[in-house]
Amino acid sequence: MSTNEPLLEVRDLKTQFFTEEGTVRAVDGISFDVYPGEIVGLVGESGAGKSVAAQSILRLVEDPGAIVGGEIRFKDELLFGLEETGDGETRERDEMLSPSAIRRQIRGREIAIIFQDPMESLNPVYSVGSQLREFVELNRDVSSGEARTIAVDMLREVGIPEAADRFTDYPHQFSGGMRQRVLIAMALACEPSLIIADEPTTALDVTVEAQILNLVDDLQDKYETSFVWVTHDMGVVAEICDRVNVMYLGEVVEQADIEDLFHGTKHPYTEALLASLPRPDRTVDQLEPIEGVMPEAINPPSGCRFHPRCPHAREVCGRIDPDPRAAESEESAAGHRAACFRNEAFDVGYWESDPVEADAAGGFEAGLTSEGGESP
Amino acid sequence: MAGDTSHGHEPPTDTATSMDVQTEVEEPSEGGVEGEVEARVGLRYTLYQLRQDPTALVGLVIITVATAIAIFTTIDANVLDYWFAETVWVHPARDPETVEVALPPVGMENVFGQGTWDHLLGTDHRGRDMLVRLFYGTRIAITVGFVSTFIGLVGGTVVGAISGFYGGWIDDVLMRAVETLYAIPFLVLVIAFMAAFGRSLMFAMVGVGVATIPTFARLIRSRVFSVREEDYVEAARAAGVRDRWIIVRHIIPNSFAPVLVQATLQIGLAIIIIAGLSFLGFGVQPPTPSWGQMLSQSRDWMIENPWFSIWPGLAILITVVGFNLLGDGLRDALDPRIQN
Repeated sequence: MSTNEPLLEVRDLKTQFFTEEGTVRAVDGISFDVYPGEIVGLVGESGAGKSVAAQSILRLVEDPGAIVGGEIRFKDELLFGLEETGDGETRERDEMLSPSAIRRQIRGREIAIIFQDPMESLNPVYSVGSQLREFVELNRDVSSGEARTIAVDMLREVGIPEAADRFTDYPHQFSGGMRQRVLIAMALACEPSLIIADEPTTALDVTVEAQILNLVDDLQDKYETSFVWVTHDMGVVAEICDRVNVMYLGEVVEQADIEDLFHGTKHPYTEALLASLPRPDRTVDQLEPIEGVMPEAINPPSGCRFHPRCPHAREVCGRIDPDPRAAESEESAAGHRAACFRNEAFDVGYWESDPVEADAAGGFEAGLTSEGGESP
Repeated sequence: MAGDTSHGHEPPTDTATSMDVQTEVEEPSEGGVEGEVEARVGLRYTLYQLRQDPTALVGLVIITVATAIAIFTTIDANVLDYWFAETVWVHPARDPETVEVALPPVGMENVFGQGTWDHLLGTDHRGRDMLVRLFYGTRIAITVGFVSTFIGLVGGTVVGAISGFYGGWIDDVLMRAVETLYAIPFLVLVIAFMAAFGRSLMFAMVGVGVATIPTFARLIRSRVFSVREEDYVEAARAAGVRDRWIIVRHIIPNSFAPVLVQATLQIGLAIIIIAGLSFLGFGVQPPTPSWGQMLSQSRDWMIENPWFSIWPGLAILITVVGFNLLGDGLRDALDPRIQN
């Protein structure tokens, strides 16, 4: 499935928001690759930094937020990159694309975004067709007549019945699922090599969600487009993704192929996420939610960020911050990485360390005090 | 509008064909009424709402009549050189020596004689027909109303949209400038403007227009702040649309409803202000008739011949009320929370 050259390379990306309460480290050093023709999931709870990471790729983060570190490479272009100057300051590298170059060459043309809420992502004052045509005209250097033809074809492609007639209809005349199809058509119509889908099915009910996922699957086969699929739903991940990055509090905690993630789970957070899913094949009295709440990214817990909520937390977890390391074992393929000391790649004395009692309030307290959860 | 009449469910924005498509594709189980509830935007829906509102209709009729009179008299004055006025009535701008002075309206008497059907509303102190002068005054009133409001609207929209869209220091600079303008009393500003550039209707209109920029700028800015956070603006940015095109195509149309209401009310206000300026001797210069100037001239005759004051006063009142009624109607029609 994947060739050697990654399409998108994200290295140690850091995006922060400078608020009055302090610096929110929304994305704190994540790295992942997207290869041509694959769907890569970005999974995590609300507030894990998934959407900010997605927006950072297109440099859409707005004041008071800013990308403060790391490197984003797309094909041969450097979307973001810093270098050190002599006096310890950093500055943007010369070969980094300028904001207007990003706008002209990358946005829409090479990387498109599908947003979460199909109800809000279309302008209510213009017909669906004219919005679709606008994007095509802008990003494909075609005349407005050709753009119209492309737009109608694309609407047909995403399964809008009587596409030519509905071309002049307004967004309010479409249902939610239909609008999401229109947005997918908008993203695909400019023939980008990568589409970032920011929770595109969250606002839809499950039957429509399934239709959309099938549609994306079909279209992805046909157009060979890569996807970064942002979601909080493990069910969607299982359905659609080839590889997954699990995010917790601005960090990637586990990276794996889809099979490995579900069958050879390495990180306790991923385990907890999977355990909290309702299973149609099993009847339980109660779902297992993850204890506590995710601390605020403004003042994350020391050490492993998940340790205040982690059932396997030991004393060492509060002291040292693990990075995602290769976690190869007989049942998992290459490329499986997990940021957990239970992973054999670490040698920090986890197994000798004292276990700590994970308390439900730990996560909340951790958001208020930096020492949160450290006391044994 | 729901349920007042049985035939009132004619969908305002959907033609029969598009309705069919809609019910077919999305909501096979729902009736045709659903489309009506959903379609709460758009010009045709707004006009449909307006038609349901009798007071707004009265306003619309008043404005239409006044505008028709204004267009007719403008053509007569500028293209035909008062040909129609000369042949049918007394020339509104010149001082004919032959006519009797200060005749009362039809059915009344004063020292100069009885009112005649030749001068339906009487004549002024120079014997000029009041009705004709009122008609030609309409031309001035409607022109100043529309032109000055248009200047304020365009200026305010540009300033407000840029300010709201970019925020930050651009917003600070523009808004402080606008507030400075806002802090100067309105009339003083316009009079100072005319003192600097000269007394003419043109400068009066530009002055009033500039003075209303702050109202529009602040109004549209407050809307832009919420519209720019909409997903479709973000989507346009993500698709590589340039900022100024986003402002023109996405921001302004979606922020425009309150501005449209304000503009309608502002036209009425501008008419009053320019009438006031004319009253003070700024603005239209005699002998060109304008309502404010007619009021001003009537001051010396108010006790003996009150209709000098009454007619132009009534004209101003009716026209301004017309714009206000339409403005209120528009506000209701454009506000999705109010359902008539």
